[in-house]
Amino acid sequence: MEKNHVDKNSKQYVIFRIGDQEFGADIHKVSIVEKMMNIARVPTTPPYIKGVINLRGEIIPVLSLRIKFGLPEIETDDDTRIIIFKFNEFALGVIVDAVYEVAVYNEEDIESVTSITNDRSYDYIVGIAKREGRLVTLINIKKLISDLLVKE
Amino acid sequence: MDMNQYLDIFVEESKEHLQQLNSSLLQLEKNNTDKQVLNEIFRVAHTLKGMAGTMGYIKMQTLTHHMEDVLDALRNDKITVDSNMVDILFRCLDALETYVNTVSLSGQEGHEAFQDITDALAGILKGNNVQAKSTETSPKTEETGSTEPGKLRVELNQYDINVIKAGLDAGMNVFEIHIVLDKGCLLKAARAFIVFQVLDGNSEVIKSVPKIEDIEDERFDFEFTVVAITEKSSDFFIKEINSVAEIEKVEVTPILHEHLDAGAVRTESKESDEVSEDENGANKVLSDQPLKKAHKTNKTVRVDIERLDTLMNLVSELIIVKNGLESSMENGQADDDSIEYLERITTSIHDAVMKVRMVPIEQVFNRFPRMIRDVARELDKDIELHMSGEDTELDRTVIDEIGEPLIHILRNSADHGLETREERKKMNKPPVGNIYLRAYQDGNNVVIEVEDDGRGIDVAKVRRKIIEKGLESAEMVNTFSDKEVVDYLFKPSFSTADKVTDLSGRGVGLDVVKTKIETLGGIVEVETEWGKGSKFSIRIPLTLAIIQALLVYIGSEQYAIPLSSISEIVNVSPEEIRKVRNQEVILLRDMVIPVVYLPQILEVPDSGAEKEEKSLTCVIVKKGDKFSAFIVDSLIGQQEIVIKSLGKILSGIKYIAGATILGDGNVALILDVNSLAL
Repeated sequence: MEKNHVDKNSKQYVIFRIGDQEFGADIHKVSIVEKMMNIARVPTTPPYIKGVINLRGEIIPVLSLRIKFGLPEIETDDDTRIIIFKFNEFALGVIVDAVYEVAVYNEEDIESVTSITNDRSYDYIVGIAKREGRLVTLINIKKLISDLLVKE
Repeated sequence: MDMNQYLDIFVEESKEHLQQLNSSLLQLEKNNTDKQVLNEIFRVAHTLKGMAGTMGYIKMQTLTHHMEDVLDALRNDKITVDSNMVDILFRCLDALETYVNTVSLSGQEGHEAFQDITDALAGILKGNNVQAKSTETSPKTEETGSTEPGKLRVELNQYDINVIKAGLDAGMNVFEIHIVLDKGCLLKAARAFIVFQVLDGNSEVIKSVPKIEDIEDERFDFEFTVVAITEKSSDFFIKEINSVAEIEKVEVTPILHEHLDAGAVRTESKESDEVSEDENGANKVLSDQPLKKAHKTNKTVRVDIERLDTLMNLVSELIIVKNGLESSMENGQADDDSIEYLERITTSIHDAVMKVRMVPIEQVFNRFPRMIRDVARELDKDIELHMSGEDTELDRTVIDEIGEPLIHILRNSADHGLETREERKKMNKPPVGNIYLRAYQDGNNVVIEVEDDGRGIDVAKVRRKIIEKGLESAEMVNTFSDKEVVDYLFKPSFSTADKVTDLSGRGVGLDVVKTKIETLGGIVEVETEWGKGSKFSIRIPLTLAIIQALLVYIGSEQYAIPLSSISEIVNVSPEEIRKVRNQEVILLRDMVIPVVYLPQILEVPDSGAEKEEKSLTCVIVKKGDKFSAFIVDSLIGQQEIVIKSLGKILSGIKYIAGATILGDGNVALILDVNSLAL
């Protein structure tokens, strides 16, 4: 099942867990994975925005995917991680319950979700892949927070 | 040669020269016999011409060249200055500014030829003095078009050369035909079209300078040059083209193999740098190709070498301290003196770096005399602009942003503030209206004032407007002080102008000013007296990046309040808070100050323990000349903080101006006093 080499048709994904579900995000967008650190709350923001962190002198907003996905908040533990995503215009931290590994998926391993649902609100889901018999939801973080980017 | 590295310098210096030109032109208008001013203008035009020429900006060069002709005639008393002429010279200035801006954006001068201006310049020379024309313009033609006999005017690229070679090898004649149209020719494009018909019928035109499209659009001077391959003789073309009306001169130069070889050699020598050769060539033929390399110039600051020396000295001191610390570390003991020394140096370095970023506000101010002059003409008012404190320095980022709001306010003063001549006479005021533009430093702020001695703001009318527009009820408005009423002028889409003029009155002015100033961390206020005039004051912090701030606890969270907006800190007991019109206030030295409960507004989670405190800590902040009392849980202390942006996602968040990193690595948010204060 494990493939270690990356060819043209395959992409690397960082696999992480929220609740009992596993997700994957394109590794090219991930800058670094950090342990939990102090977060300064920012007032008047949506609840899933936990606040901002100081990442070596850089102020980076952090959001909780748990709250975004409507799951109850849990105490942070040793497994809790902040995945720092870097896009051209901004950086963003995402709190997840645990980060596992980097997996390589071929295009044919990934099943499109449009066959399952046409709901536009699931646009952030790139596809579903299998990992050791379990399903991994591949997501596009930028699309997930697009509502934050639209507003001025 | 690659010119890109010189672009920044070119743009920067051109801007300086244009500024010089601007002020000289204004002087010229006031005193049109001053030879010194004329010489100065001539010198600037000449310098610009040289610079443009070096950079290969042909159109800019041509324009300055025409300016020079006129200025030279002025210098030699062949013609005299009149306001029309100054207007045309100002238009030249605008055109040159357009060129320089295009250059700074794209690295090329663009396609605008400003034919009307060169025509107008030529018109001055011709219209005013026939003699001037004969002595001034003919050497000019000589100069621009001067090519030694046998040398070619057009530059041939490798492709042209190949085509020409093929033509010559096939036994055809290749001519470079230079056509000069009559200066009085009105329909240049039409004439050129007829010429091209002659050419097309008898030859194949392989190159044209300017390009045929430009000629069709009349984007050329009175002359153009084509390269044609033909079986006919040169005499045939001279005869045929001369038979077209309004042709002044036709020159036909045969192109031979020697030309091509010379051209080829030249091209080869430049081959090492193909891109720039390409660009150069593109410039020369005024090509319409998309810009090859969009070179964007960087923002630069000119720094006094003394300031850099200071910085340098401080850095060397820093190294000394570091060495001192190293040796004391080896001895295993911390050295208090060194730490203190270090602290002093870092503060000095901060100061020095800040100073490096500072630019005199003159850069913004010096475009205003010209603007006021234009506005005065447009409104038919006599306006005198008095400026002071041009050497006041501001951070470069502020300088870049402050111009636009100032233009708004100045135009506002000129248009709404100042009365017409007749009105002023009736009011027993001198006919010339005055606008004072002042800048000065006040503590950690820079204050910019725009004051006029016009009619002032009709507060009663503003009151009526507020009620008319349904913004507040009549009884509410009646309780407002004049000051509060005037503040409505800064609300969006609020204009009291009876008639909308080109300048102002559309209700999109002052609110834009206010927003802009507030993004710079500043405030804007108005003082006005009916019949006497009004004064707009803008107050902006000297620098944006590092500020002194008071750190406070709200709940368990730390926040920073910029020290510049804090006036004092007081403790009040809960009983002292009263309610006035549904607003809780405190009374401080007979001043009624509204209370802002920061824990509630910032939705700070309750730390649990319900503390029944005897006194509340109030930070009294100042917004303009109004005060608000911010209730915080406790004070931490004063600290110098570096302002960091919250980033794109969180930009525009209410109440928060940014974030800073504290000594322990934690993040504290900086409160936006402007949006929090009542």
